[in-house]
Amino acid sequence: MSAWLNVLRAIVGREFLRFVHQRERFLSALVRPLVWLLIFAAGFRAALGVSIIPPYQTYITYETYIVPGLCAMILLFNGMQSSLSLVYDREMGSMRLLLTSPFPRWWLLLCRLLGSSAISVLQVYAFLAIAALFDITMPLMGYVAAVPGVFLGGIMLGALGLVLSSFIKQLENFAGVMNFVIFPMFFLSSALYPLWKMAESSELLHDICALNPFTYVVELIRFLLYLQFNGVALLWVLGSTLVFGAAALWGYDPSRGLMKRKS
Amino acid sequence: MTDGLSVRDLAFSYGSKDALKGVSFDLPRGRFCALLGPNGAGKSTLVSLLTRLLVSPGGEISIAGQDLRRTPGRALARLGVVFQQPTLDLDLTVRQNLSYFAALHGLPRNGLPARIEAALRRLDMAERADEKVRALNGGHRRRTELARALLHEPQVLLLDEPTVGLDAASRAGIVAHVHDLAEQGLCVLWTTHLTDEVRDTDHLLVLHRGGILAEGSTGDIRGEQSLSDWFLQKTGGNA
Repeated sequence: MSAWLNVLRAIVGREFLRFVHQRERFLSALVRPLVWLLIFAAGFRAALGVSIIPPYQTYITYETYIVPGLCAMILLFNGMQSSLSLVYDREMGSMRLLLTSPFPRWWLLLCRLLGSSAISVLQVYAFLAIAALFDITMPLMGYVAAVPGVFLGGIMLGALGLVLSSFIKQLENFAGVMNFVIFPMFFLSSALYPLWKMAESSELLHDICALNPFTYVVELIRFLLYLQFNGVALLWVLGSTLVFGAAALWGYDPSRGLMKRKS
Repeated sequence: MTDGLSVRDLAFSYGSKDALKGVSFDLPRGRFCALLGPNGAGKSTLVSLLTRLLVSPGGEISIAGQDLRRTPGRALARLGVVFQQPTLDLDLTVRQNLSYFAALHGLPRNGLPARIEAALRRLDMAERADEKVRALNGGHRRRTELARALLHEPQVLLLDEPTVGLDAASRAGIVAHVHDLAEQGLCVLWTTHLTDEVRDTDHLLVLHRGGILAEGSTGDIRGEQSLSDWFLQKTGGNA
Protein backbone atom coordinates (compact mmCIF):
# COMPACT_ATOMS: atom_id res chain seq x y z
CA MET A 1 0.00 0.00 0.00
CA SER A 2 2.77 2.41 0.88
CA ALA A 3 4.25 1.84 -2.59
CA TRP A 4 0.96 3.04 -4.10
CA LEU A 5 0.99 6.17 -1.97
CA ASN A 6 4.61 6.64 -2.93
CA VAL A 7 3.57 6.77 -6.58
CA LEU A 8 0.90 9.33 -5.72
CA ARG A 9 3.39 11.43 -3.78
CA ALA A 10 5.95 11.30 -6.58
CA ILE A 11 3.52 12.22 -9.34
CA VAL A 12 1.86 15.02 -7.38
CA GLY A 13 5.28 16.25 -6.25
CA ARG A 14 6.45 16.37 -9.84
CA GLU A 15 3.37 18.37 -10.86
CA PHE A 16 4.16 20.87 -8.11
CA LEU A 17 7.76 21.18 -9.18
CA ARG A 18 6.70 21.75 -12.77
CA PHE A 19 4.26 24.37 -11.58
CA VAL A 20 6.99 26.16 -9.65
CA HIS A 21 9.27 26.05 -12.69
CA GLN A 22 6.68 27.33 -15.14
CA ARG A 23 5.97 30.76 -13.79
CA GLU A 24 4.84 32.06 -17.16
CA ARG A 25 2.11 29.47 -17.28
CA PHE A 26 0.97 30.40 -13.81
CA LEU A 27 0.92 34.09 -14.65
CA SER A 28 -1.00 33.67 -17.87
CA ALA A 29 -3.48 31.43 -16.10
CA LEU A 30 -3.95 34.26 -13.62
CA VAL A 31 -4.02 37.17 -16.04
CA ARG A 32 -6.71 35.64 -18.26
CA PRO A 33 -9.55 35.63 -15.70
CA LEU A 34 -8.36 38.95 -14.28
CA VAL A 35 -8.75 40.58 -17.68
CA TRP A 36 -12.29 39.27 -17.80
CA LEU A 37 -13.02 40.37 -14.28
CA LEU A 38 -11.47 43.82 -14.28
CA ILE A 39 -12.08 44.91 -17.88
CA PHE A 40 -14.81 42.86 -19.50
CA ALA A 41 -17.04 42.75 -16.44
CA ALA A 42 -16.56 46.42 -15.72
CA GLY A 43 -17.66 47.25 -19.24
CA PHE A 44 -20.67 44.98 -19.13
CA ARG A 45 -21.73 45.96 -15.68
CA ALA A 46 -24.12 48.61 -16.97
CA ALA A 47 -25.46 46.49 -19.80
CA LEU A 48 -26.20 43.38 -17.80
CA GLY A 49 -28.30 43.69 -14.68
CA VAL A 50 -28.39 40.52 -12.63
CA SER A 51 -31.47 40.17 -10.49
CA ILE A 52 -31.67 38.26 -7.26
CA ILE A 53 -31.33 34.56 -7.98
CA PRO A 54 -30.07 31.83 -5.68
CA PRO A 55 -27.61 31.63 -4.07
CA TYR A 56 -27.52 35.44 -3.88
CA GLN A 57 -29.73 37.15 -1.34
CA THR A 58 -29.23 40.66 -2.51
CA TYR A 59 -28.48 42.55 -5.70
CA ILE A 60 -24.96 41.80 -6.82
CA THR A 61 -22.65 43.46 -9.26
CA TYR A 62 -21.79 41.75 -12.50
CA GLU A 63 -18.20 41.32 -11.29
CA THR A 64 -19.45 39.31 -8.35
CA TYR A 65 -21.63 37.22 -10.62
CA ILE A 66 -18.85 36.09 -12.94
CA VAL A 67 -16.26 35.20 -10.27
CA PRO A 68 -17.36 31.51 -10.01
CA GLY A 69 -17.44 31.27 -13.80
CA LEU A 70 -13.90 32.61 -13.98
CA CYS A 71 -12.77 30.12 -11.32
CA ALA A 72 -14.19 27.37 -13.52
CA MET A 73 -12.48 28.95 -16.51
CA ILE A 74 -9.12 28.53 -14.77
CA LEU A 75 -9.98 24.86 -14.21
CA LEU A 76 -11.02 24.47 -17.84
CA PHE A 77 -7.86 26.04 -19.22
CA ASN A 78 -5.66 24.07 -16.84
CA GLY A 79 -7.38 20.81 -17.66
CA MET A 80 -6.90 21.42 -21.36
CA GLN A 81 -3.38 22.72 -20.92
CA SER A 82 -2.18 19.77 -18.91
CA SER A 83 -3.47 17.48 -21.60
CA LEU A 84 -2.02 19.73 -24.28
CA SER A 85 1.35 19.24 -22.65
CA LEU A 86 0.82 15.48 -23.02
CA VAL A 87 0.57 15.92 -26.74
CA TYR A 88 3.94 17.58 -27.02
CA ASP A 89 6.63 15.15 -28.02
CA ARG A 90 8.77 15.87 -25.01
CA GLU A 91 5.76 15.15 -22.90
CA MET A 92 5.05 11.98 -24.77
CA GLY A 93 8.45 10.97 -23.50
CA SER A 94 7.50 11.46 -19.89
CA MET A 95 4.16 9.80 -20.56
CA ARG A 96 6.03 6.75 -21.82
CA LEU A 97 7.95 6.65 -18.58
CA LEU A 98 4.73 6.89 -16.61
CA LEU A 99 2.92 4.23 -18.61
CA THR A 100 5.73 1.67 -18.40
CA SER A 101 5.57 1.71 -14.62
CA PRO A 102 4.45 -1.67 -13.22
CA PHE A 103 1.51 -0.01 -11.45
CA PRO A 104 -1.90 -0.22 -13.11
CA ARG A 105 -2.58 2.46 -15.63
CA TRP A 106 -5.78 3.72 -13.98
CA TRP A 107 -3.84 4.49 -10.81
CA LEU A 108 -1.09 6.33 -12.70
CA LEU A 109 -3.61 8.44 -14.61
CA LEU A 110 -5.61 9.13 -11.46
CA CYS A 111 -2.47 10.29 -9.65
CA ARG A 112 -1.67 12.66 -12.47
CA LEU A 113 -5.22 13.96 -12.45
CA LEU A 114 -5.11 14.55 -8.71
CA GLY A 115 -1.80 16.38 -9.08
CA SER A 116 -2.93 18.71 -11.84
CA SER A 117 -6.22 19.40 -10.03
CA ALA A 118 -4.35 20.32 -6.88
CA ILE A 119 -2.36 22.87 -8.90
CA SER A 120 -5.60 24.21 -10.37
CA VAL A 121 -6.98 24.76 -6.87
CA LEU A 122 -3.92 26.85 -5.99
CA GLN A 123 -4.40 28.96 -9.09
CA VAL A 124 -8.09 29.50 -8.41
CA TYR A 125 -7.32 30.72 -4.90
CA ALA A 126 -4.60 33.02 -6.16
CA PHE A 127 -7.23 34.51 -8.48
CA LEU A 128 -9.78 34.81 -5.66
CA ALA A 129 -7.17 36.56 -3.52
CA ILE A 130 -6.49 39.15 -6.22
CA ALA A 131 -10.21 39.62 -6.81
CA ALA A 132 -10.58 40.28 -3.08
CA LEU A 133 -7.94 43.01 -3.34
CA PHE A 134 -10.30 44.70 -5.79
CA ASP A 135 -13.12 44.39 -3.27
CA ILE A 136 -14.84 41.52 -4.98
CA THR A 137 -15.33 39.26 -2.01
CA MET A 138 -17.39 36.25 -0.90
CA PRO A 139 -18.35 35.15 2.60
CA LEU A 140 -15.16 34.16 4.40
CA MET A 141 -16.30 30.59 5.12
CA GLY A 142 -17.44 30.34 1.49
CA TYR A 143 -13.80 30.29 0.43
CA VAL A 144 -13.26 27.24 2.62
CA ALA A 145 -16.48 25.52 1.58
CA ALA A 146 -15.67 25.89 -2.11
CA VAL A 147 -12.37 23.95 -1.94
CA PRO A 148 -13.88 20.50 -2.57
CA GLY A 149 -16.07 21.88 -5.36
CA VAL A 150 -13.12 23.53 -7.07
CA PHE A 151 -11.07 20.36 -6.69
CA LEU A 152 -13.81 18.15 -8.09
CA GLY A 153 -14.36 20.53 -10.99
CA GLY A 154 -10.61 20.37 -11.66
CA ILE A 155 -10.75 16.58 -11.76
CA MET A 156 -13.74 16.58 -14.10
CA LEU A 157 -12.12 18.97 -16.56
CA GLY A 158 -8.73 17.31 -16.20
CA ALA A 159 -10.36 13.99 -17.08
CA LEU A 160 -11.91 15.63 -20.12
CA GLY A 161 -8.45 16.86 -21.08
CA LEU A 162 -7.08 13.32 -20.73
CA VAL A 163 -9.80 12.02 -23.01
CA LEU A 164 -8.98 14.63 -25.63
CA SER A 165 -5.23 14.04 -25.34
CA SER A 166 -5.71 10.33 -25.90
CA PHE A 167 -7.59 10.84 -29.15
CA ILE A 168 -5.75 13.77 -30.63
CA LYS A 169 -2.83 12.81 -32.78
CA GLN A 170 -1.16 16.10 -33.48
CA LEU A 171 -0.66 19.42 -31.88
CA GLU A 172 -2.23 21.29 -34.80
CA ASN A 173 -5.42 19.32 -34.34
CA PHE A 174 -5.30 20.14 -30.70
CA ALA A 175 -5.41 23.87 -31.33
CA GLY A 176 -8.65 23.32 -33.22
CA VAL A 177 -10.09 21.27 -30.41
CA MET A 178 -9.17 23.99 -27.94
CA ASN A 179 -11.40 26.31 -29.93
CA PHE A 180 -14.14 23.77 -30.32
CA VAL A 181 -14.04 22.72 -26.68
CA ILE A 182 -12.99 25.68 -24.56
CA PHE A 183 -15.02 28.41 -26.20
CA PRO A 184 -18.32 26.55 -26.59
CA MET A 185 -18.02 25.10 -23.12
CA PHE A 186 -17.37 28.49 -21.61
CA PHE A 187 -19.87 30.57 -23.55
CA LEU A 188 -22.64 27.97 -23.51
CA SER A 189 -22.72 27.91 -19.74
CA SER A 190 -23.84 29.97 -16.80
CA ALA A 191 -20.35 31.42 -16.39
CA LEU A 192 -21.06 34.83 -17.91
CA TYR A 193 -24.85 35.08 -17.71
CA PRO A 194 -27.54 33.32 -15.70
CA LEU A 195 -29.45 30.67 -17.61
CA TRP A 196 -32.76 32.51 -17.34
CA LYS A 197 -31.21 35.41 -19.23
CA MET A 198 -30.15 32.99 -21.92
CA ALA A 199 -33.70 31.62 -22.08
CA GLU A 200 -34.99 35.11 -22.85
CA SER A 201 -32.97 35.19 -26.04
CA SER A 202 -33.15 31.56 -27.08
CA GLU A 203 -34.79 28.49 -25.57
CA LEU A 204 -32.52 26.25 -27.59
CA LEU A 205 -29.33 27.90 -26.34
CA HIS A 206 -30.72 27.73 -22.84
CA ASP A 207 -31.29 23.99 -23.20
CA ILE A 208 -27.78 23.47 -24.51
CA CYS A 209 -26.37 25.43 -21.56
CA ALA A 210 -28.43 23.32 -19.21
CA LEU A 211 -26.88 20.16 -20.68
CA ASN A 212 -23.32 21.47 -20.53
CA PRO A 213 -21.46 19.82 -17.63
CA PHE A 214 -19.32 22.96 -17.34
CA THR A 215 -22.42 24.89 -16.25
CA TYR A 216 -22.64 22.62 -13.24
CA VAL A 217 -18.99 23.11 -12.31
CA VAL A 218 -19.72 26.85 -12.29
CA GLU A 219 -22.93 26.45 -10.26
CA LEU A 220 -21.37 24.01 -7.80
CA ILE A 221 -18.63 26.53 -7.06
CA ARG A 222 -21.07 29.47 -7.04
CA PHE A 223 -23.32 27.87 -4.45
CA LEU A 224 -20.46 26.63 -2.26
CA LEU A 225 -18.90 30.10 -2.24
CA TYR A 226 -22.14 31.28 -0.62
CA LEU A 227 -22.23 28.31 1.74
CA GLN A 228 -25.11 26.67 -0.06
CA PHE A 229 -25.30 23.24 -1.56
CA ASN A 230 -26.48 22.52 -5.07
CA GLY A 231 -27.18 18.78 -5.25
CA VAL A 232 -28.10 18.76 -8.91
CA ALA A 233 -24.82 20.43 -9.81
CA LEU A 234 -22.88 17.95 -7.68
CA LEU A 235 -24.58 14.99 -9.35
CA TRP A 236 -23.86 16.40 -12.80
CA VAL A 237 -20.22 16.99 -11.96
CA LEU A 238 -19.78 13.56 -10.38
CA GLY A 239 -21.53 11.84 -13.28
CA SER A 240 -19.51 13.71 -15.89
CA THR A 241 -16.30 12.92 -14.02
CA LEU A 242 -17.13 9.21 -14.14
CA VAL A 243 -17.96 9.35 -17.84
CA PHE A 244 -14.83 11.33 -18.76
CA GLY A 245 -12.68 9.14 -16.49
CA ALA A 246 -13.98 5.96 -18.11
CA ALA A 247 -13.42 7.43 -21.57
CA ALA A 248 -9.87 8.42 -20.63
CA LEU A 249 -9.11 4.89 -19.41
CA TRP A 250 -10.52 3.55 -22.65
CA GLY A 251 -8.43 6.00 -24.67
CA TYR A 252 -5.27 5.06 -22.79
CA ASP A 253 -5.93 1.33 -23.01
CA PRO A 254 -2.75 -0.04 -24.61
CA SER A 255 -4.68 -2.09 -27.17
CA ARG A 256 -6.22 1.06 -28.66
CA GLY A 257 -6.19 4.85 -28.41
CA LEU A 258 -3.17 6.97 -27.58
CA MET A 259 -0.27 4.92 -28.81
CA LYS A 260 -1.95 3.19 -31.72
CA ARG A 261 -0.17 5.09 -34.41
CA LYS A 262 3.29 5.42 -35.82
CA SER A 263 5.37 7.41 -33.43
CA MET B 1 10.79 -19.68 -23.11
CA THR B 2 14.00 -18.37 -21.57
CA ASP B 3 14.93 -16.48 -18.42
CA GLY B 4 15.58 -13.43 -20.60
CA LEU B 5 13.28 -12.09 -23.26
CA SER B 6 11.02 -14.36 -25.22
CA VAL B 7 8.69 -13.36 -28.05
CA ARG B 8 6.26 -15.70 -29.85
CA ASP B 9 4.26 -15.05 -33.02
CA LEU B 10 3.97 -11.35 -32.47
CA ALA B 11 1.92 -9.45 -35.02
CA PHE B 12 0.60 -5.92 -35.16
CA SER B 13 -1.06 -3.70 -37.70
CA TYR B 14 -2.00 -0.05 -37.90
CA GLY B 15 -5.37 -0.28 -39.57
CA SER B 16 -4.80 -2.35 -42.68
CA LYS B 17 -1.05 -1.78 -42.71
CA ASP B 18 0.94 -4.66 -41.20
CA ALA B 19 3.75 -3.35 -39.04
CA LEU B 20 4.87 -6.71 -37.63
CA LYS B 21 4.00 -10.24 -38.62
CA GLY B 22 4.99 -13.55 -37.06
CA VAL B 23 7.95 -12.26 -35.06
CA SER B 24 9.48 -14.83 -32.67
CA PHE B 25 12.82 -14.93 -30.87
CA ASP B 26 14.40 -16.02 -27.58
CA LEU B 27 17.18 -14.15 -25.84
CA PRO B 28 18.81 -15.69 -22.78
CA ARG B 29 20.37 -13.66 -20.00
CA GLY B 30 23.95 -12.63 -20.45
CA ARG B 31 23.52 -11.93 -24.13
CA PHE B 32 23.83 -8.71 -26.06
CA CYS B 33 21.40 -8.79 -28.94
CA ALA B 34 21.40 -6.11 -31.60
CA LEU B 35 18.11 -5.58 -33.38
CA LEU B 36 19.05 -4.11 -36.71
CA GLY B 37 16.52 -2.79 -39.16
CA PRO B 38 16.12 0.04 -41.65
CA ASN B 39 13.68 2.84 -40.87
CA GLY B 40 10.12 1.61 -41.09
CA ALA B 41 11.09 -2.02 -40.45
CA GLY B 42 8.87 -2.21 -37.37
CA LYS B 43 11.48 -1.55 -34.65
CA SER B 44 9.45 1.17 -32.93
CA THR B 45 6.32 -0.97 -33.01
CA LEU B 46 8.23 -3.87 -31.48
CA VAL B 47 9.58 -1.60 -28.74
CA SER B 48 6.08 -0.29 -28.01
CA LEU B 49 4.78 -3.85 -27.74
CA LEU B 50 7.65 -4.95 -25.49
CA THR B 51 7.02 -2.01 -23.15
CA ARG B 52 3.24 -2.50 -23.26
CA LEU B 53 2.59 0.94 -24.72
CA LEU B 54 0.78 -1.17 -27.30
CA VAL B 55 -0.83 -4.55 -26.87
CA SER B 56 -1.02 -6.93 -29.80
CA PRO B 57 -4.14 -8.99 -30.39
CA GLY B 58 -2.10 -12.20 -30.67
CA GLY B 59 1.30 -13.56 -29.77
CA GLU B 60 3.16 -13.73 -26.48
CA ILE B 61 5.88 -11.73 -24.79
CA SER B 62 7.62 -12.97 -21.70
CA ILE B 63 10.11 -10.90 -19.70
CA ALA B 64 12.31 -12.89 -17.30
CA GLY B 65 9.67 -15.59 -17.22
CA GLN B 66 6.73 -13.23 -16.64
CA ASP B 67 4.02 -13.06 -19.25
CA LEU B 68 3.43 -9.44 -20.27
CA ARG B 69 -0.23 -10.02 -21.00
CA ARG B 70 -1.18 -11.97 -17.88
CA THR B 71 1.08 -10.31 -15.32
CA PRO B 72 2.01 -6.95 -16.83
CA GLY B 73 3.08 -5.44 -13.50
CA ARG B 74 5.55 -8.21 -12.70
CA ALA B 75 6.86 -8.30 -16.25
CA LEU B 76 7.42 -4.52 -16.42
CA ALA B 77 9.15 -4.57 -13.02
CA ARG B 78 11.81 -6.84 -14.55
CA LEU B 79 12.35 -4.64 -17.59
CA GLY B 80 14.62 -1.61 -17.90
CA VAL B 81 14.02 0.71 -20.84
CA VAL B 82 15.94 3.52 -22.50
CA PHE B 83 13.59 5.10 -25.01
CA GLN B 84 14.72 6.75 -28.20
CA GLN B 85 12.90 9.94 -27.21
CA PRO B 86 14.35 11.77 -24.21
CA THR B 87 12.21 11.03 -21.16
CA LEU B 88 14.06 13.04 -18.53
CA ASP B 89 12.44 16.00 -16.85
CA LEU B 90 14.75 18.86 -17.83
CA ASP B 91 13.83 21.08 -14.89
CA LEU B 92 14.58 18.44 -12.30
CA THR B 93 18.02 17.41 -11.12
CA VAL B 94 19.53 14.07 -12.06
CA ARG B 95 18.80 12.77 -8.56
CA GLN B 96 15.18 13.99 -8.63
CA ASN B 97 14.63 12.27 -11.97
CA LEU B 98 15.91 9.02 -10.54
CA SER B 99 13.86 9.19 -7.38
CA TYR B 100 10.71 9.97 -9.39
CA PHE B 101 11.39 6.84 -11.41
CA ALA B 102 12.06 4.82 -8.23
CA ALA B 103 8.63 5.77 -6.89
CA LEU B 104 6.97 4.87 -10.19
CA HIS B 105 8.55 1.45 -9.88
CA GLY B 106 7.53 0.98 -6.27
CA LEU B 107 11.09 0.86 -4.92
CA PRO B 108 11.25 1.21 -1.14
CA ARG B 109 12.27 4.65 0.14
CA ASN B 110 14.57 3.03 2.64
CA GLY B 111 18.03 2.89 1.17
CA LEU B 112 16.98 4.77 -1.94
CA PRO B 113 19.64 7.51 -1.71
CA ALA B 114 22.38 4.88 -1.56
CA ARG B 115 20.85 2.98 -4.45
CA ILE B 116 20.71 6.13 -6.59
CA GLU B 117 24.27 7.01 -5.63
CA ALA B 118 25.47 3.56 -6.68
CA ALA B 119 23.54 3.64 -9.96
CA LEU B 120 25.03 7.02 -10.86
CA ARG B 121 28.53 6.00 -9.82
CA ARG B 122 28.44 3.02 -12.18
CA LEU B 123 27.99 5.47 -15.05
CA ASP B 124 30.40 8.10 -13.68
CA MET B 125 27.52 10.47 -13.09
CA ALA B 126 27.70 10.70 -9.30
CA GLU B 127 29.26 14.16 -9.22
CA ARG B 128 26.43 15.49 -11.42
CA ALA B 129 23.63 14.18 -9.24
CA ASP B 130 22.48 17.64 -8.19
CA GLU B 131 22.71 19.32 -11.57
CA LYS B 132 19.58 20.03 -13.52
CA VAL B 133 19.22 17.83 -16.57
CA ARG B 134 18.85 20.93 -18.74
CA ALA B 135 22.48 21.76 -17.95
CA LEU B 136 23.78 18.36 -19.13
CA ASN B 137 25.02 17.55 -22.62
CA GLY B 138 23.45 14.79 -24.74
CA GLY B 139 25.93 12.13 -23.67
CA HIS B 140 25.41 12.79 -19.97
CA ARG B 141 21.64 12.81 -20.43
CA ARG B 142 21.81 9.38 -22.04
CA ARG B 143 24.00 8.08 -19.24
CA THR B 144 21.48 9.39 -16.74
CA GLU B 145 18.73 7.53 -18.58
CA LEU B 146 20.80 4.37 -18.58
CA ALA B 147 21.51 4.70 -14.86
CA ARG B 148 17.80 5.20 -14.30
CA ALA B 149 16.86 2.17 -16.41
CA LEU B 150 19.10 0.03 -14.17
CA LEU B 151 17.91 1.48 -10.87
CA HIS B 152 15.37 -1.28 -10.19
CA GLU B 153 17.87 -4.00 -11.15
CA PRO B 154 15.99 -5.33 -14.16
CA GLN B 155 16.82 -8.69 -15.73
CA VAL B 156 16.12 -7.47 -19.25
CA LEU B 157 17.35 -4.16 -20.66
CA LEU B 158 15.79 -2.66 -23.76
CA LEU B 159 17.45 0.26 -25.53
CA ASP B 160 15.75 1.88 -28.50
CA GLU B 161 18.33 3.57 -30.74
CA PRO B 162 20.05 4.95 -27.64
CA THR B 163 22.92 6.62 -29.47
CA VAL B 164 20.89 8.88 -31.75
CA GLY B 165 22.29 12.40 -31.63
CA LEU B 166 25.40 11.54 -29.60
CA ASP B 167 28.97 12.37 -30.55
CA ALA B 168 31.40 9.55 -31.40
CA ALA B 169 33.01 9.38 -27.95
CA SER B 170 29.70 9.26 -26.07
CA ARG B 171 28.41 6.65 -28.47
CA ALA B 172 31.44 4.41 -28.04
CA GLY B 173 31.22 4.81 -24.26
CA ILE B 174 27.59 3.75 -24.10
CA VAL B 175 28.05 0.85 -26.52
CA ALA B 176 30.96 -0.48 -24.45
CA HIS B 177 29.17 -0.04 -21.14
CA VAL B 178 26.07 -1.89 -22.28
CA HIS B 179 28.20 -4.76 -23.60
CA ASP B 180 29.75 -5.00 -20.14
CA LEU B 181 26.27 -5.18 -18.63
CA ALA B 182 25.42 -8.11 -20.87
CA GLU B 183 28.60 -9.87 -19.80
CA GLN B 184 27.55 -9.39 -16.20
CA GLY B 185 24.37 -11.38 -16.88
CA LEU B 186 21.80 -8.93 -18.19
CA CYS B 187 19.73 -9.77 -21.25
CA VAL B 188 20.16 -6.77 -23.55
CA LEU B 189 18.13 -5.89 -26.62
CA TRP B 190 19.64 -2.92 -28.46
CA THR B 191 17.80 -1.56 -31.49
CA THR B 192 19.74 0.40 -34.07
CA HIS B 193 20.07 1.11 -37.75
CA LEU B 194 23.82 1.72 -37.42
CA THR B 195 25.86 -1.34 -38.30
CA ASP B 196 29.04 -0.07 -36.64
CA GLU B 197 27.47 -0.48 -33.18
CA VAL B 198 27.27 -4.25 -33.62
CA ARG B 199 30.16 -6.54 -32.69
CA ASP B 200 30.86 -9.88 -34.36
CA THR B 201 30.23 -11.75 -31.12
CA ASP B 202 26.82 -10.11 -30.62
CA HIS B 203 23.64 -11.95 -31.33
CA LEU B 204 21.96 -10.28 -34.28
CA LEU B 205 18.29 -9.99 -35.20
CA VAL B 206 17.56 -8.34 -38.51
CA LEU B 207 14.08 -6.92 -38.86
CA HIS B 208 12.84 -6.04 -42.31
CA ARG B 209 9.32 -5.21 -43.47
CA GLY B 210 7.81 -6.40 -40.22
CA GLY B 211 9.46 -9.82 -40.13
CA ILE B 212 12.73 -11.40 -38.98
CA LEU B 213 15.04 -11.51 -41.99
CA ALA B 214 18.00 -13.15 -40.25
CA GLU B 215 18.96 -14.29 -36.77
CA GLY B 216 22.21 -15.61 -35.36
CA SER B 217 25.72 -14.61 -34.47
CA THR B 218 26.74 -11.45 -36.29
CA GLY B 219 30.00 -12.94 -37.57
CA ASP B 220 28.21 -15.95 -39.07
CA ILE B 221 25.54 -13.82 -40.68
CA ARG B 222 27.79 -11.35 -42.43
CA GLY B 223 30.29 -13.98 -43.59
CA GLU B 224 33.04 -12.38 -45.65
CA GLN B 225 31.15 -9.13 -46.24
CA SER B 226 31.17 -6.20 -43.89
CA LEU B 227 27.94 -6.04 -41.91
CA SER B 228 27.15 -2.75 -43.56
CA ASP B 229 27.43 -4.22 -47.08
CA TRP B 230 25.47 -7.31 -46.09
CA PHE B 231 22.75 -5.16 -44.56
CA LEU B 232 22.48 -2.82 -47.55
CA GLN B 233 22.30 -5.74 -49.93
CA LYS B 234 19.59 -7.54 -47.98
CA THR B 235 17.41 -4.57 -47.14
CA GLY B 236 17.50 -2.86 -50.51
CA GLY B 237 19.84 -0.11 -49.48
CA ASN B 238 17.44 2.05 -47.55
CA ALA B 239 19.38 1.89 -44.29
